[in-house]
Amino acid sequence: MDLHLRVWRQKNSETSGKFVNYELKGVSEDSSFLEMLDILNEQLVEKGEEPVAFDHDCREGICGMCSLVINGMAHGPERATTVCQLHMRHYSDGDTITIEPWRAKAFPVVKDLIVDRGAFDRIIQAGGFITARTGSPQDANELLIPKPIADKAMDAAACIGCGACVAACPNGAAMLFTSAKCSQLNLLPQGQPEKDRRSLAMVAAMDSEGFGNCTNYGECQAVCPKEITLDFIAKMNRDYAGARIRHFFGKAI
Amino acid sequence: MAVARTMSAAKKVILPSLVKKYLMAGSGIILVLFVLGHMLGNLQFFGPPEMINAYAYHLHHLPGHPVTLWIIRAFLLACVVVHIAMAVLLVKENREARPQNYAKQGFRESDYAARTMPMSGLIIFAFIIFHILQYTVRVVPEHYNATIGQAPVEVSHLQLEYFDVFAMMVKGFSSPVISIFYLIAMALLCMHLTHGVASMFQSLGVRNEVWRYRLKCLATAYGCFIFIGFASIPASVLFFGHGKAYLAEKEAEWAKTPAAEVSVIDAQAAHTQFVTLNEGR
Repeated sequence: MDLHLRVWRQKNSETSGKFVNYELKGVSEDSSFLEMLDILNEQLVEKGEEPVAFDHDCREGICGMCSLVINGMAHGPERATTVCQLHMRHYSDGDTITIEPWRAKAFPVVKDLIVDRGAFDRIIQAGGFITARTGSPQDANELLIPKPIADKAMDAAACIGCGACVAACPNGAAMLFTSAKCSQLNLLPQGQPEKDRRSLAMVAAMDSEGFGNCTNYGECQAVCPKEITLDFIAKMNRDYAGARIRHFFGKAI
Repeated sequence: MAVARTMSAAKKVILPSLVKKYLMAGSGIILVLFVLGHMLGNLQFFGPPEMINAYAYHLHHLPGHPVTLWIIRAFLLACVVVHIAMAVLLVKENREARPQNYAKQGFRESDYAARTMPMSGLIIFAFIIFHILQYTVRVVPEHYNATIGQAPVEVSHLQLEYFDVFAMMVKGFSSPVISIFYLIAMALLCMHLTHGVASMFQSLGVRNEVWRYRLKCLATAYGCFIFIGFASIPASVLFFGHGKAYLAEKEAEWAKTPAAEVSVIDAQAAHTQFVTLNEGR
């Protein structure tokens, strides 16, 4: 199939970018979206032009590196799918495809379609961990965790940190990511000792990175490749309120 | 990390984002409940004129009057101020958080109401100012205190003369421009509520995926209920001439006998009851 591509080109975070049009001919519908971009880049390199820079790693939908907004949708038209798992059979001959990077103040563009998601790392550093117990591993069933709780924590832990939630949110809010990373620990017994400190610190880190405020649009949940739900945002809202109250009365760690 | 860490200058946080959400939702709940009470009270417009006039009298003579009413007003005003202050902060910060928009942003989940909350809120705020000036201060578009006289109300078996709220409402809504403005404002309020009522549960963390759709339905039903209740009043006057015969009759009566500044009909209560024309503001 022949495609008209409008691709965002930006030299670095200091310069402003623009859309550049490319005509790509003879794309197989069996190729993945990223393979289609590989084909484009090969042709650009042959012509002696600068290839389009885009993030990718595992191409199996589990690493969270690919980060493209396709025709205004983070990760493209398919639900619960990362860009690397999107195939060209969802497009037809003659389509115009607009490809942009994640757009948020907290995610500055590094080059072309690559953004710096270091802000997510700093949110994790603020509290997305359990202070490790050193020593030998304990028996597997020493700490009993009800199955529904374990499942719920696993749902939260499915977050691959791709940042599509921020990209899709008209407010550039990182609530879905932060709530998933907060809840995966807050739900489990191992996460309890640091629960309040974690909730307060991660929300504070999220705010200071310049992410927007949640206004309950629900766009984040709709684009999340791991189908993380707004439930975790509601849970973080609860956990944070409790932590604030206990902190106010001096019980928080 | 593949990308070198760019240390962005930490944003100065005025209020934690979640605290802003709590304040927005908390003030929202109070306003949502006020709107319901106000609407149910106003539906007495469809009873006999004495009914809503007596209701107005009681509202202005709550136990501990006149302090009680002013405390309630101050509390509601504080809620409005908090609600608007949070909205201004959210809009400002959220625009800053997304400095550049997509060529064309796609939407899957958010509805029109959610995306137009600041605009519908702004118009509703303008409406509230007009509404208070019209029916509480009674100076726009005409001085109702001067043009609307009194009507009898029965309070604890006493016959009193009190400001004719029913006639004022009929008179106000007789203007098509005002009635249509009210209808539009109520439609916007309905829209604002369909997002707001569902949203406040999420902001306070009191909901889950099962209740998400139920709350959305509940919020839509609530918004429509409020719209129908409020809109029925100007619509009944404008389209069906509700109360116009009463207004004409009363206006003829007031023209004959100019309203006295103080009038007490009931002889038994003459020693205690003084109900002045301008008191019921």
